[in-house]
Amino acid sequence: MFYDIALYASLAIFVLGLIYKISAWFRRNVGVNSRNITASARILAAIKGILGTVFSARLFTLIKVFILDVLGQARILKEDFLRWLMHMLMFWGFMLLLLMHALDGIITEPLFPEYASTLNPFMFLRDLFGFLVIIGIGIAIYRRFILKVPRLKTNAMDHYAIIILAIIMLSGVFLEGQKITSFTKYQEMVEEYGGIDDEEELKALESLWVAEFEVVSPKVQGPFDEEILEQGRELHEMGCSSCHSRPKWAFTGYAVAKITKPFALGLDRANLHILLWYIHFLACFLGLAYLPFSKMFHIFASPISLLANSVMDKETSDPANIATRQALELDACTHCCTCSLRCSVAVALNKIDNINILPSEKMVFLKAYATDNKLDDEGLKAIQEGIYLCTNCDRCTVVCPSGINLRDLWFSVREKFIQEGPSVPLLLSPFSFYRGLNQQNLDPNYYKKPLNKAQMAIAEKCELINKPDKIVPLTPINKGFKEKINLSSQANTYSYCFSCENCSTVCPVVENYENPQEVLDLLPHQIMRSLGLGLTDLALGSKMLWNCLTCYQCQEHCPQGVKVTDILYELKNLAVKEIHAA
Amino acid sequence: MMKFALFLGCNIPARVQQYDMSARAVLDILNVDLVDIREFNCCGYPIRNTDFATFVLFSARNLALAEKQDLDIVTLCKCCYGSLKKAEHLMKEDNSLRDEINGLLAKEGLEYRGTIEVRHFLSVLHKEIGIPALKEKVKNGFKDLKIATHYGCHALRPSDITQFDNPVAPVLFDQLVELTGAKSIDWQLKLECCGAPLLGVNDDLSMDLAEKKLSDGKQSGADYLCVACPYCQLQFDTVQQMMSSVRGTDHQLPSILFPQLLGLVMGINGKALGIQMNQIDISRIEDFLS
Repeated sequence: MFYDIALYASLAIFVLGLIYKISAWFRRNVGVNSRNITASARILAAIKGILGTVFSARLFTLIKVFILDVLGQARILKEDFLRWLMHMLMFWGFMLLLLMHALDGIITEPLFPEYASTLNPFMFLRDLFGFLVIIGIGIAIYRRFILKVPRLKTNAMDHYAIIILAIIMLSGVFLEGQKITSFTKYQEMVEEYGGIDDEEELKALESLWVAEFEVVSPKVQGPFDEEILEQGRELHEMGCSSCHSRPKWAFTGYAVAKITKPFALGLDRANLHILLWYIHFLACFLGLAYLPFSKMFHIFASPISLLANSVMDKETSDPANIATRQALELDACTHCCTCSLRCSVAVALNKIDNINILPSEKMVFLKAYATDNKLDDEGLKAIQEGIYLCTNCDRCTVVCPSGINLRDLWFSVREKFIQEGPSVPLLLSPFSFYRGLNQQNLDPNYYKKPLNKAQMAIAEKCELINKPDKIVPLTPINKGFKEKINLSSQANTYSYCFSCENCSTVCPVVENYENPQEVLDLLPHQIMRSLGLGLTDLALGSKMLWNCLTCYQCQEHCPQGVKVTDILYELKNLAVKEIHAA
Repeated sequence: MMKFALFLGCNIPARVQQYDMSARAVLDILNVDLVDIREFNCCGYPIRNTDFATFVLFSARNLALAEKQDLDIVTLCKCCYGSLKKAEHLMKEDNSLRDEINGLLAKEGLEYRGTIEVRHFLSVLHKEIGIPALKEKVKNGFKDLKIATHYGCHALRPSDITQFDNPVAPVLFDQLVELTGAKSIDWQLKLECCGAPLLGVNDDLSMDLAEKKLSDGKQSGADYLCVACPYCQLQFDTVQQMMSSVRGTDHQLPSILFPQLLGLVMGINGKALGIQMNQIDISRIEDFLS
């Protein structure tokens, strides 16, 4: 009764959760791609897309990906053998346990009429599958907590996944071990199936089970007469052997039985097997009910992500389907952190304390944000920096074992977060190159907005730039500022400048404009002079800084050896620091 | 046999794979062994605008990784080259910076000691292998092909750091182009910037500069531009194509990567050089093979 209620309740939660989560794939908007597409349009597009793919040559791609990447997990193998082994052990061990053991009434019994869970090969296989999973869990714990794989971050969801699996597996093994030695269990079975009334016979059978089946009896103890055992064996053949193989085949439970044997009677009296039974089943039900809401949901989402990405691309796929795919990709992420391990800019974390630089942690953020939409100013700033500090090198996309197209996901999400909130100084750097290359895929009404905002934020802090007619007092000179220009050993060379204007003459940016000062505020030689005069505002606020190509023509042509380009670099650094400080 | 750690950077694997393919194909024929170090990260170039010390950390980590395997680095990208050279210089000159960066690297068991060299692909061809040895491999030279060489800023300048070639009158790239039988033309804007550093920041300016170069190259009689940097290539290939729809200009001066040019005269199949992977069609260049 209790079992049935718990089973159906958890099954119901599981199914409802599944519906809720899958419907979120069509409701959720990740980034700017999905702005104007309704959920119903997305569902229709998905059905159309799936049918169009299944009835085309791309079906073979799907089959190939399903075999290699879903069943064989080749993408994990390419990364790391140990990880692949870990995941294959858990995946296959658990799947086979699920099919043969958990669903035995539905699958195994109809297929094998002689099936009994305590009969070989089923009994051995059950332990073998369980053993595989346990080894897998062991490797997972080793990797996360002992080996401490670099940039492999472990969060509460990762802990949950390991713990729930471990509880299910270990409670199962201990339950089996306990049932092997349990005298209560033995008696129940004899009463139900034995059909023996004779005291002598009962004793003979019991002796055999104590001697050869590891039951611990309060009444009989070895050594036994061979005669009694022979009699017991005959009875065993008649009543028990059709359902019971030797317990040693259930090698994990058998090991537990052997270890716990000295106190087996006490444990049996305490009805430990009942407690273990509850733990085992409740853990399974909990795992089932919570599955759609946990990291384990990836067993549905990751294969779909792998399959979808194998047949979709930005150019030809329906934007509605890309929006849906990006929503489901958040669920496909298993937080395995391969992306972060391979990330080209992850090393920045050693200098910049912002976990969002790591792609895996951006995914954690996006998952949370997709459900609660909560973000304070600090959080927004952190995600802006994390999401823009990216060279779009594609490594994360190439290595993701769930096949998530992180390249397109970042592109879409990045646009969303840089449009909102404070300015992002990183935009004024070659990190914007990829955005520039792809500007035709962006809404022209929004494209320049964040760039202008970043420039404005810097200029706003510099009063003099905004008031070109203001009379400037030349004393006192801002010595503190001058001292800051020392990031690199060459930078103080500005003091050698005698305003020959060579730098501004060779500058291709200056040359590009009819009236350069109107566009750039100050020309390179003027910036060198304002440094000499300690005029912070002029040096930091000039648009010239952010329009410098860093082509080094000025520096190369300076007769005085002023490191003009390097100094401009430093000023940009300082200007950004001022923004951050504000 | 020469052996280098190949530093690809971020653009090539994602957007200019033909550069990787063609460089490997060419270096393979020249018996240069390339080692891929998977742990390499971005050279730090994009973060130099905003965070100088982090830039040095990026580059220094790459240097330390190659040093750990006792390998010199060859880069295909000129911005990577310039960044690594700059960081190398600073790590050697500035003690306090070196200590700070090495302190951070030590967390990963790395240390920069300064025992390896950083070279650009073109320098390896010109200085390590040499024009005579390259000429021996030419099977089928170009005829009547006029090439405008684009040197790329960050290899050429600042010359005291990069030590690539004479910054005012460089010859290295021209000599390499001419060994293929093509003529390296004189053109006024040869040493100017392609504009890529400002793409996405000030597109008008970036495209203005690219257009000036394209139109100067074309007017000077070039059939093709030749580059040896992924940023320059993207600017003259992808962005040139984009400009035809954004600005309605059509300069008809396609850009070819140097290893593609060299590979063709070495008799390497165009497909293996990724000729078809360029955005603007360059397949007609094979018509110039004699």
